[in-house]
Amino acid sequence: MSEIKKFMYVNRKAPYGTVYALESLEVVLIGAAFDQDVSLAFVDDGVYQIMNGQNTTGIGMKNFSSTYKALGDYEVTKLYVEKESLEARGLTVDDLMELTWEDEDDDYEEKPSIRLVSSAELAEVMADQDVVLSF
Amino acid sequence: MLHTVNKSPFERNSLESCLRLSAAGSAILLFEDAVVGAVTGTNIADKVSAALADREIYVLGPDLAARGLDQSKLIDGIKVVDYGGFVDLSVEKSAVQAWV
Repeated sequence: MSEIKKFMYVNRKAPYGTVYALESLEVVLIGAAFDQDVSLAFVDDGVYQIMNGQNTTGIGMKNFSSTYKALGDYEVTKLYVEKESLEARGLTVDDLMELTWEDEDDDYEEKPSIRLVSSAELAEVMADQDVVLSF
Repeated sequence: MLHTVNKSPFERNSLESCLRLSAAGSAILLFEDAVVGAVTGTNIADKVSAALADREIYVLGPDLAARGLDQSKLIDGIKVVDYGGFVDLSVEKSAVQAWV
């Protein structure tokens, strides 16, 4: 029997300018095949990864933002967004995509995946992880 | 938990983010270009000093030396480690978050 570990993926880069955001998302999806306690953190420019209304037709790159909506189906249901990073960029949680997951233990009720947290709260969650992967 | 920072605080926000998001009791290691954040007199020195109240901060000696930064200029409370010390910290602490 394998022990379930807490994995956190920390995202700190905006999408499209570099490949970090897409790479992180791919690793998360691959990692989801293993039975682990997975969470994502969006910090600094990483908050731009989950902005609502992304349209990449003009830059000739694949818009992968809709993939974040599929995370719930892979049992990736904890997306921590740092409030201070949003505020520093003039954003609020309303600027982000509505990301949800279906709770099969609660009549498949749709529940929000995004957890808006303060720096101090996120620091505690991060300190509690077994493995942290940074992008 | 061990946090590592390897970017200059005057070019990137990695050190500031690390200071903001590291919990009390965790350790922070500055290496490569981040060692410039370990000395006194910079515009981030006050934040680094404040973090020392509840976190340990280490700096990699060979990276200080390579940049001509004298250990006598380090912020009080920052400890110098060598490569072996870096390895020890990585092993001792439960997890590592690299603020790349």
